[in-house]
Amino acid sequence: MSADTVIEADGLTKAYGRKVAVDHISFTVGRGEIFGLLGPNGAGKTTTILMLLGLTDISDGKVNVLGFDPAREPLSVKRRVGYLPDEVGFYEQLTAADNLRYTARLIGFTSMDREKRIAEALDRVGLAEFADNRVGTFSRGMRQRLGLAEILMKGAQIAILDEPTSGLDPHATSELLGIIRRFKAEGVSVLLSSHLLERVQSVCDRVALFSAGRIALIGSVSELGREVLGAGYVVDIEADGAGLADRLALIPGVSRVEQTGIGKLRLHAERDVRPEAAAEVVALHGRLKYLGVQEPSLEAIYTHYFENRPDETLKEGARNAA
Amino acid sequence: MRREGSAFNGLGVVMLKELADHLTSIRFVVLELVVMALAVVTVYVAAQDIKNTVAEDPFLFLKFFTTSSGSLPSFLFWLSLFVPVVSIGLAFDSINGEHNRRTLSRILSQPIYRDALLFGKFLGALLTLAVALVVLWLLVIGLGLLFIGIPPGGDEIARAFVFLLVTIVYAGVWLALALLFSILFRSAATAALATLGLWLFFFVIWPVLAGEIAQIVVPPDPRYAALGLQTPGTAILEQVLSRLSPSTLFGEVVVAILDPTTRALGPIYLSQLQGAVLGAPLPLGASVLIAWPQIVGLLATTILLFVIGYVVFQRQEVRA
Ligand SMILES: Nc1ncnc2c1ncn2[C@@H]1O[C@H](COP(=O)(O)OP(=O)(O)OP(=O)(O)O)[C@@H](O)[C@H]1O
Ligand SMILES: [Mg+2]
Repeated sequence: MSADTVIEADGLTKAYGRKVAVDHISFTVGRGEIFGLLGPNGAGKTTTILMLLGLTDISDGKVNVLGFDPAREPLSVKRRVGYLPDEVGFYEQLTAADNLRYTARLIGFTSMDREKRIAEALDRVGLAEFADNRVGTFSRGMRQRLGLAEILMKGAQIAILDEPTSGLDPHATSELLGIIRRFKAEGVSVLLSSHLLERVQSVCDRVALFSAGRIALIGSVSELGREVLGAGYVVDIEADGAGLADRLALIPGVSRVEQTGIGKLRLHAERDVRPEAAAEVVALHGRLKYLGVQEPSLEAIYTHYFENRPDETLKEGARNAA
Repeated sequence: MRREGSAFNGLGVVMLKELADHLTSIRFVVLELVVMALAVVTVYVAAQDIKNTVAEDPFLFLKFFTTSSGSLPSFLFWLSLFVPVVSIGLAFDSINGEHNRRTLSRILSQPIYRDALLFGKFLGALLTLAVALVVLWLLVIGLGLLFIGIPPGGDEIARAFVFLLVTIVYAGVWLALALLFSILFRSAATAALATLGLWLFFFVIWPVLAGEIAQIVVPPDPRYAALGLQTPGTAILEQVLSRLSPSTLFGEVVVAILDPTTRALGPIYLSQLQGAVLGAPLPLGASVLIAWPQIVGLLATTILLFVIGYVVFQRQEVRA
């Protein structure tokens, strides 16, 4: 395992009786990376996570987390990895701070260290003023944030988040994604699972698309976009200037220019042509109102991929049913 | 495969949290207060009885535990209800409660083993019960002193103390059973009903059933019946069967400890009485020896139930 890899799974498999929930998957997560496990319900995301944490037995394959084997050295792994379970629960009758105190004691922090860490962690997720409120009074979003506070308090090197945004409104979701980005900024690697593709695509450096216990696709969103959709870059531009469309069409790499509205153009190109497009507008003494590049949507990638491989998906379904 | 680190990492933390949770829970405080009130009443009534009758009994104090008066049962009776009910009340939602609150996977993702959680919960509940029983014990002794004004002798205190220990062991049986059911049943209500049902079965139904079964398996001999005696074979079988119940075992131990004149448990044979002065009290050590198999039986039951729960819990899926 290289120094920059924090999680390495190789042929990881989990069978419940004859049902194979996770089927020989392999992936790596790099240090400071946000890695997404994406896929529909029952695809095997949670099962994969539980195996990484040593919370469920591995049927076959190998997994290495920060240089430790979760099955043999679970304490070493769990000391360094924070976990936010799907629908996290707390002791309702205890306050937010008391819930964290209990965890901190289980981890074994000394009492002075404990209080400092708890105050800091609650502050960073915006729960400082609710520290002494009972968790029973907390909203869903606050509970999720308390779960993240627990991971911060622990000082984890890896944060494993199972469906962190499920059941949250758009505002709470973006708040939560903000906290997750800050994890990355501090060098914490993040592995998160979700079945809501478009919400998490914005934060993930790389994603693994799960389907029926297997990883169908793996890579960064734009890589997958080009690989699956075959599409290049789509650049939207809103500007004025006579003959702009013709001049933009001459930029090397641009295959097509489309009029999408009054003064609005869309370029299809094989690379990011935003700098050249801006230069053209300036050269025409036009006013540039908007310039942006569209990321391929994971949703589109996912649908496209599975629509084009119906027989393979069917085969997998049949194998799992068998 | 050797596991890294200690299985007891975090054990003390879990135990103290459980203790604090129980001691502040309403259901526990209410039950404890009810039993304390019952203790005051029964000991007061017993004191009136004791004053009126036996003044020169050397084991006066032990009578406070066992004397029943008219329609009011003895303190021992209330205790034999309180201990199982509270034990079950403390442990029936130990593990399924964590599951249902969805705290289990979060707690187990901390650097502890499942052993620590399970054992910590058991010890936390046992400690809670021990605290409650010590309080009751002190209350009975204190009230006894107050009502009759004669301090208890050393042997009496020693016997009362052994009784306290045995009661804690007995509580362990029901705790271990409730803990096991909290692992087996995902619903806390089901676990509570199953445990209470089993206790009622052993407490009320089994003693009757044991007699019936014994009579069917070994039909009574009419020659003994004509003399108004129980057929020995039937009696022995009935005793063996009834000892499958922890309540019976506890009852027998209590008789041996609190009544120093007890020479044997169950049917007595003439050979056991040869050379014995009937009614003469035994030393404490001899009394404990008489009840020793029963005490070991209670301990072994506790350990067995706990180990079954442990094995099931180790293999259980953590996700809700
Ligand atoms: N204890 C179990 N026994 C048998 N099958 C199980 C068990 N737990 C999970 N499974 C199966 O394993 C498969 C993968 O489940 P998993 O929970 O990992 O999916 P997921 O990707 O997390 O789905 P979701 O988005 O619904 O959380 C599912 O088909 C599920 O039915
Ligand atoms: Mg899941």
